[in-house]
Amino acid sequence: MSAIVEFREASYRIGTREILRRLTLAIEPGETLVLLGRSGSGKTTALKMVNGLLLPSGGQVLVDGRSTTAWDPVRLKRRIGYVIQEIGLFPHYTVAENVGLVPRLEGWDAERIRERVHALLGRVGLDAEQFGARYPRQLSGGQRQRVGVARALAADPSVLLFDEPFGAVDPVTRLDLQKQFLALRRELGKTAIFVTHDVREALMLATRIALLRDGVLELVATPGEFLKARGDEACAFQACLDWKAETA
Amino acid sequence: MNFSLASEIAALTLEHLTLVVISMAIAIGVAVPAGILITRRARWRPWVMGFANVMQTIPSLALFGFLIPVPLIGGIGKRTAIVALVLYALLPILRNTLVGILGVDPAVRESAVAMGMTGRQLLWRVEVPLAARMILAGVRVATVTTIGTATIAAAIGGGGLGVFIFRGIASVDSAQILAGAIPAAGIALLADGGLGWVERRWSAA
Repeated sequence: MSAIVEFREASYRIGTREILRRLTLAIEPGETLVLLGRSGSGKTTALKMVNGLLLPSGGQVLVDGRSTTAWDPVRLKRRIGYVIQEIGLFPHYTVAENVGLVPRLEGWDAERIRERVHALLGRVGLDAEQFGARYPRQLSGGQRQRVGVARALAADPSVLLFDEPFGAVDPVTRLDLQKQFLALRRELGKTAIFVTHDVREALMLATRIALLRDGVLELVATPGEFLKARGDEACAFQACLDWKAETA
Repeated sequence: MNFSLASEIAALTLEHLTLVVISMAIAIGVAVPAGILITRRARWRPWVMGFANVMQTIPSLALFGFLIPVPLIGGIGKRTAIVALVLYALLPILRNTLVGILGVDPAVRESAVAMGMTGRQLLWRVEVPLAARMILAGVRVATVTTIGTATIAAAIGGGGLGVFIFRGIASVDSAQILAGAIPAAGIALLADGGLGWVERRWSAA
C-alpha cells in the first residue's frame, strides 16, 4: 500500500444532490495529480475531502492509510498544505506572520520560525528582508500567491493541495508561478493535488490528469495519453487547445 | 461663574462619567460575548437581536420609569439608571459584533480552518481581530448615545449632569439647563473623537 492519498468509492452529497460519485483514485508519493474539470464537476469537492474540510457521505478517503474520519481533524489539516486563491491570506498578518502561522500553531520557537520563514520566502522568490514586514494588501497578486505557497510549505507537509491557485493572476504572472511550481517540485519532491479548469495548466504541471465530469471520474491519464484520449469530455478539453489553430 | 456652581459642575460631571463608564463596561462585557455567541448559534439570533431592538425602541424616560418597581435591579438611584443605560447600549455593540464577525471573508475563514486552526484559534486570531474595528465602531456609537441618555438618570435619582437640566426645566432657568447640557455635549464630543482616533489607529495597523 504505497498510496499517500486514496479515494475509495468516495461520494459527497448535499441533500439529494450528488456532487461527487463513487470516486476511486490513488495518489502516489511525489506525483502531481491534476483534477481537471468544468465548473461544478466536483473537483474542488474532491480536493477538500483530502484534508477533511469535507467528509465523505459515502465511501472513504485515506491519508497515509487512515480514513479522514479517523484522523484528528486539526492534526490532519496541519499535515497537509493548502493553497487557494490569493484572498486566503490573513489581511491582519504580515507576510512573515502568514508564512509562519502553522509553525506558530505547532509551538515552534521564535528563532526556528524566523529561519524557516526566511528560507521559504527565498525559495518562492521573495526577499524576506524586503517583504517580510509587509501586509498582503501591499503586494501584487503574483506576490501574494507566492506567499500562499510559502505558507503551505511552512510546516513541511507531506501533501500539498492547490485549489485553482493561479486563477486570479494575469497570464504572464501565471506562467511565472507555474514555472516556479515545477521548480519547487523538482527541489522538494512533494506530493501535490492540483485543481484547475485550465487544460494547458493541467498538461504543463501534471504527472497524471484525472478528468471529472458531473461528479464522475471520466479518465486518469498522463498528459501524453490525455492528448490522445477519446471520449466527449476529453475531446471537449482538447478542443480548447486546438481552437487557436482552427481560426488562424 | 461663581465658585459653588463650578464645583457643582465638576462633581456632577464626574458622577455622569461614572455612570457612563460603569454602564459601558457592563454593556461591552455582555454584548460582545453575546454577539460572538450568536454568530455560532444562528437560531438564537432573532431572539437576542429582537430583545436588544425592543429595548432600544422604548422611550428612554419610560424605560427608566418602568425599572423603578422591578425588584433587585429597580428602585430609585444609580443602580436602576445603570441597568437602563446598559439595556440601551446593547444594540449597537451587539449588532456590530455580529455583522463584523459574519463579514469576515469566507475565504479567509476557510483558509484558517484548512491551516488547522481550532475553533477557538479561528475566533481569537482571525475573526475577532478582523471584526475589531467594526465592534469598536459600535462601542463608539453606544458611548456617545449613553452620554446623552445618562442625563435622564437624574429623573430617577441617578444623579449626573441631568440634575442641572431637570432643575433648570423645573425653575425655567436656561442657565441651569446649559450648565448640564454643555458639559454633556463636551464629553460626548471628546468620547467620539477619542474612540474615532483609536478606530483609525486600528485600521492603520
